[in-house]
Amino acid sequence: MSVSPAILIDSVSHKYGERVALDQLSFDVRAGEIFGLLGPNGGGKTSLFKLLSTLMPVQSGQLSIVGFDVTKQADEVRQSIGVTFQSPSVDIKLTVRENIVYQGRLYGLSGTDLRKRVAAQMERFQISDRANDLVQTLSGGLKRRVEIAKSLLHNPRVLLLDEPSTGLDPGARFDLWQALQTLRAESGVTVLVTTHLMEEAEKCDRLVILDHGKLAAMGTPDELRSKIGGDCITIQAFDSARAASLSQKITSTLHITPQLFETQLRIEAPEGAELVHRLTKEFSPEIRSITLGKPTLEDVFIRATGHRFWDEGKV
Amino acid sequence: MSQNTTQSPRPGFMARYGLPISMLVEREFVRFFRQRSRVVGALAQPVIFWVLFGAGLSGSFRMAAASGGSVSFQEYFLPGAALMIVLFTSIFSSISVIQDRNEGFLQGVLAAPVPRVSLVLGKLFGGASLALVQALLFLWSAPLLQYIGLAPEMPLGFSIGQTLAMIGVLFLTGLGMAGLGFLFAWKIDSVQGFHGIMSVLLMPMWLLSGAFFPPGGSKWLSWVVAVNPLSYGLSALRHVIGRSDAAVGLPSLPVSLAVSLGFAVLCVALGVRMTRRPSAI
Repeated sequence: MSVSPAILIDSVSHKYGERVALDQLSFDVRAGEIFGLLGPNGGGKTSLFKLLSTLMPVQSGQLSIVGFDVTKQADEVRQSIGVTFQSPSVDIKLTVRENIVYQGRLYGLSGTDLRKRVAAQMERFQISDRANDLVQTLSGGLKRRVEIAKSLLHNPRVLLLDEPSTGLDPGARFDLWQALQTLRAESGVTVLVTTHLMEEAEKCDRLVILDHGKLAAMGTPDELRSKIGGDCITIQAFDSARAASLSQKITSTLHITPQLFETQLRIEAPEGAELVHRLTKEFSPEIRSITLGKPTLEDVFIRATGHRFWDEGKV
Repeated sequence: MSQNTTQSPRPGFMARYGLPISMLVEREFVRFFRQRSRVVGALAQPVIFWVLFGAGLSGSFRMAAASGGSVSFQEYFLPGAALMIVLFTSIFSSISVIQDRNEGFLQGVLAAPVPRVSLVLGKLFGGASLALVQALLFLWSAPLLQYIGLAPEMPLGFSIGQTLAMIGVLFLTGLGMAGLGFLFAWKIDSVQGFHGIMSVLLMPMWLLSGAFFPPGGSKWLSWVVAVNPLSYGLSALRHVIGRSDAAVGLPSLPVSLAVSLGFAVLCVALGVRMTRRPSAI
C-alpha cells in the first residue's frame, strides 16, 4: 500500500464575494481511513466538498486526490472518486437498476462488465430485490443505498459522502455505517464523510472540526476527547437572565468561569463530582438540572469552536 | 472485487462520448414514456389544433393568387402543426435540465469524467429525437384523420425519400430549438421562471414562422419572419413535404437547411461554452 495520502489539502482558501468560506485550510486524509468532516452548517464543509468533487474551481491553495491535482487533472480525479451527494443524484423516475446502469455508462462502462458490476453492487447493498422498482417508491434509507451503490460502480479509490445520513432513521443510519465499514475492510476504499451528528463522528478513524472555514481541531475521537480531560458539568438554569446571573455568582464565589449558552452553563473540571456537590449546595434554587459526564465530542466541539453545535450564527 | 484495475489514462471515444450521450438520450425517452399525461398531451394537442383550426379557418383562408389558391388551410397548416410539436417538445425537454439540477441528477453527471460536450449533446439529442418521433407519428396519422373525415382531401402519402428528408429537417429544427431552450434553462433555477420566459418567446416564434399564416402582410412582419430561425425550419419542411405551390415565396431549400444547421450549431456551441464555466451548480 502506498504511504502517500489519499486526499491532500494544502492552504486552501475560498471566498464567495467578500464572505470567506475556507480560510487557509490544510490537512490530509490517509489511504484507507474513514475520515470525518465535522462542523456547523456554514462552517465550510460543503464548500470543501464541492472543491473535492470538482464541482467548483479552486481559488487558492492546492487539493489533490490519490496524487491527482483537482484543478489540473480533473478527469483523473473524477475517475478516482465516487461521490454521494446530500440531495441524492438518483433519478426518481427510473428504476433502481436503470439508475445504476446509467451511472455505469456515464463512466464508460458497458456490456458484460457493466452487468456484472451492477449485479455485484446491488448484492452488496441488498437492493437486488428492488431492482425493477422506481426509485420514487423507495424509502429514504434505500434511496441512499442506491446512491452509494451507484457511486461505487467504477471502483473509485476514494468515496466522498456529503451528510449521508440526512433523512435516515436510526436503523438505516446504523446499516449505512455498517456498509461503509465493510467496504473499507474489503476494498480498502478511503472514505471522507461530512456530518453534523456526533454519534457518526464517533465512528470515524480521524476527524477534523471545521469552524468558519478554519481547522478548529483534528485527531482521533479519543485524542480529541482526551484534550479536554477531567469531567464536564452542564447546568440547566430557569431562563437566560437567571443563567447569566448564576454564571456571575459562580465566578465570584468559586473562581471558575463557566461557558454560557442561553439557559445553559458548561464547566470543565478535573474533579467533577466534588464540584457538583458544591454547586448544588450553594446554588440549588437557581439550578433546574445538573449533569456530570465524561467529555463527549460535542464538548470537544464546544471547546474548539467556542459555541454550541446548533448555535451557528448567534455567536 | 477488482479495485486494482488500472484505468487507461485516456478512455476511448465510446467511453467519453458514445456511452454517455446514448445514456442521456435513452433516459429522455424512458422518462417521457413513463409519464402518460405527457405522451397524451404531446400527441393530442397538435391533432386537435390541426383539426379545429383547419375546420374553423378553412372558409377564410385563401393562398395568394400567384400560387393558384388551391391549397386548403389544413394542407397549408400541416407542416406548421408538425413544427409546433417539434418546437414545444424539444424546448420543453430542455426544461428537464432545471429539474435535473434541482433533483440532484445533474451534479452526478458533472462529477463524472464526462466531457461537457457529451452532456450538452446528450440532452439536446434526447429532446430533438423525442420531438422527431412525435412529429412523425403526427404526420403519419394525418391520412387516418382524413379517412375518418376530419380533414379534407390532400395528397398525404410520403415517399421513402420524402420521409428521410422529413426526418432530417425535423431533427435539425428540433436540435436548434432544444439548444435555444437549453441556453435559457441552464441559467434559470425554477421551472416556473422558464415557463414565463418561454411563453413570451415560444408562441410568437411559432406564429411568426409562417406556420399559421403566410408571411407578407406587411413590411415589418416579413422582416420578423426573416430573422426568426424557426421560419427556415418550416420552409425546409414545406419544400420537403408540401406541394410546390405552398412553398412559393419561401427561401430555397439549401438556404433553409443552411440557416437551420447554422442555428443548431450555434446553440450547441454556446451551450457547451456555458456548461464549461465553473459555477455550474
